[in-house]
Amino acid sequence: MQNLYKTRPLKMWQKAKELRLKFFKDIQTAKENGKTLVLVDSGSFIELPAGLEGHACLEGHPYGATVGMDLDFARECAEEVEARGYARDLCVYTRNFWGSMFRNRYYFGGEFPRPDFCIKRSLCDTESKWLQVCCEHFNMPSFYIDFPLYPDRRTGKEDIEYLATQMSDCIEWMEKITGQKYNDDKFIHAAHNEFRTTSLWAEICTLNKAIPAPLDQKTIYTLYFPTVVSRYEDDTVHFYEELLAEVKDRVSDHIAALATERCRLWDDGIPPWYFLKLYRYLERYGAVVLGSIYTYTLHGAWEDQPDDSWGRATTPEERGMPLKTRDDALRALALWYLEKPIYPGMCLPGPKSEQLLRIIREWRIDGMMMHMNRGCEGLSLGAMEQRLALLKAGVPVTVYEGNSADKREFDENQVLDRLDAFMESLGMKKLDS
Amino acid sequence: MLEKFQEISDNRHQYAQDWKARTGKKVFGYMCTYAPEELIYAAGVLPVRVLGSHEPQDVSERHIYAMYCPFCRDVLAQGLQGRYKYLDGMVMGHSCMHIKQAFDSWVTHVPIDYSYYMFIPQIVTHPKAKEYLTHEMTKFKENLEKGLGVKITAKALDNAIDVYNTNRRLLREIYELRKQDPPPVSGSECQDMVVAGQLMDKAEHNKMLAEALKEIKSRAPRKPGKRLMLIGGECDDTGVAEQVEKLGANIVADDLCAGSRYFWNEVVPEKDRLAAIAARYLDRPACPLKDVTSHRYRLDHILKMAQDFKVEGALLVMQKFCDPHEFDIPVISKFLKEHNIPSYFIELDVTFPEGPLRTRTEAFLEMLELETV
Ligand code: SF4
Ligand code: SF4
Repeated sequence: MQNLYKTRPLKMWQKAKELRLKFFKDIQTAKENGKTLVLVDSGSFIELPAGLEGHACLEGHPYGATVGMDLDFARECAEEVEARGYARDLCVYTRNFWGSMFRNRYYFGGEFPRPDFCIKRSLCDTESKWLQVCCEHFNMPSFYIDFPLYPDRRTGKEDIEYLATQMSDCIEWMEKITGQKYNDDKFIHAAHNEFRTTSLWAEICTLNKAIPAPLDQKTIYTLYFPTVVSRYEDDTVHFYEELLAEVKDRVSDHIAALATERCRLWDDGIPPWYFLKLYRYLERYGAVVLGSIYTYTLHGAWEDQPDDSWGRATTPEERGMPLKTRDDALRALALWYLEKPIYPGMCLPGPKSEQLLRIIREWRIDGMMMHMNRGCEGLSLGAMEQRLALLKAGVPVTVYEGNSADKREFDENQVLDRLDAFMESLGMKKLDS
Repeated sequence: MLEKFQEISDNRHQYAQDWKARTGKKVFGYMCTYAPEELIYAAGVLPVRVLGSHEPQDVSERHIYAMYCPFCRDVLAQGLQGRYKYLDGMVMGHSCMHIKQAFDSWVTHVPIDYSYYMFIPQIVTHPKAKEYLTHEMTKFKENLEKGLGVKITAKALDNAIDVYNTNRRLLREIYELRKQDPPPVSGSECQDMVVAGQLMDKAEHNKMLAEALKEIKSRAPRKPGKRLMLIGGECDDTGVAEQVEKLGANIVADDLCAGSRYFWNEVVPEKDRLAAIAARYLDRPACPLKDVTSHRYRLDHILKMAQDFKVEGALLVMQKFCDPHEFDIPVISKFLKEHNIPSYFIELDVTFPEGPLRTRTEAFLEMLELETV
């Protein structure tokens, strides 16, 4: 192997893993610590319960993905769900979550935690049906926030009002069902943290434009985790502030994620969690995978920069929006969520293709690999059209079939053969052969 | 008279093109029955639902993910194969991601002058949903006016509401007759009437329905048979009902997009016409993706129909990979069981294999017979 760059382990790696574990532990111990446990979905306004005395959020996606790494546990979950009459081709995260819930087994030990209530705001159609069944299973109260996803990015007055008033109703509803007095200061602080976390994360991802790339996708899967589950917390903001400083240092010192970086790839969709070594496999060709729309934008806040490049979004406070009252925070949050690029990224094939082509240019990508994930219909929306758009623009693309968290639908050899052929088509040879 | 509905359905392109030639007006396609047809009609345009042709094809594979339902692939194939060249526009109201993909790919690859995608709240029972959907209707109306260079007047809206409500009322009158035992009209005939309505000028459809109503009323009843209900997705495949009825059953009720869900409720007039139309789409019998709260409104509709029409068994018909319905099927079948209504699940692809369908339905009917004994 001929190293072209220096590399060194990421100092914040350990901290990232700790935060991940803390999230799952907090859920497990929520009840004994007197916290309210709130079931939420991937797009939920997890800042809303922050005004309660103490709470933890149980979010299904990270749980579904984690279960997907354990083949036996995932299989037992799938079998349980299928035995109840549900189809095998349903969203695999749903099946992993339901399987655990029906079997009353939490992956991290003990019984499956019983949430106190649910706040729903679905990013994908499937999620609303997923949580509907959970609410029925636990016979728990739920509050639904309807999000105007289509047909384009919406930030009009009516859209902001529609969201903000629903969130405001949600706060009153939480007061009623918990009997607690809602703390506006805590909520405003949580909103502030949400803005910080998601813009910091975009700033960190922007640094990956550098050659050599300071971060690789496999590492990013662990690093982006707190943006998904705890972006409203102080610890999370501090984590990303430190991570930003470290990644900046890596860029200025030319520290590579992959010392042999020769080829830069972009990823699409959710990976097969039980086979993340495919990223290591690509490294044998000197190929580093830089990220995906999913990891960069699920909870990353982006906007056009003055020089026309894509970079972190200016937070509402930086734009001069007030953040003093509950209403201020509600409106700022509504606008912030409506502006998140994951929505066009998920729902609008045209804008998603534009997003991708821009990334390919700015992150200097040589090719794209797409996981046609049988376990997720949400992120598959538009995928085939994106493939066509990239090919039309002359970007090499390879597609492999699989399932993010159901190994029964993954053929390892076939996928590796596909990747070998793709790397060869890019003119790359294994460095170790 | 009744065969005419099927004839129109079989010759849908001819009908639309003739209509265009004789009226000199435009024709829009729409996907999914959440598209507010009244607005399109009030703009002087004929809305026709774009459906599949139930033939194997390979043109949409490059555009739509393999795990999306065959219905949406079939629909897109119609556009890619140039069968809807006469359309002047394409509209969709959001229901599910699969059909949204068909719409997105259509407007990307099939040349079309006008297209509009409309957001329809998912939480249709939300207290703010009506106000927001009214706002969406206003935006759509303005967009239509701009795109077509017309003004949609209050009078035109009133007329559209009236024509559509008449249509719904007539279909309900015909459905009412199915409460008789045995019914004078078959399930496949009823489905033909609904599908034809989705493809026709409703004013013309109304005339045909009025005649059909007279004819059905004067007819002898069908042979007695088990009273079944069809429950499913966007299934427009009247072949299923036909096959099942050939085995001696009578389909007397349904919860289908090409059935009762399409016409069951009317626009209740109010001063703000767009608000009235919005309310109608929110209150209509829900598709699975508009039924996501813990109170499952869909079950209310199914049970009421099953009881009112004295249903003895239900066939749960679903497009393969139709996630929205896949989520609901186990719940519906458990619910029906709790109400002593046996049900049987049938999965459909673009085409359905008649042999296996017959064998399985026969087994179900035998089981129902035994239960009665
Ligand atoms: S289908 Fe995909 S995006 Fe939708 S809930 Fe499942 S994992 Fe999430
Ligand atoms: S509701 Fe089902 S059948 Fe209809 S388009 Fe969606 S996935 Fe297909």
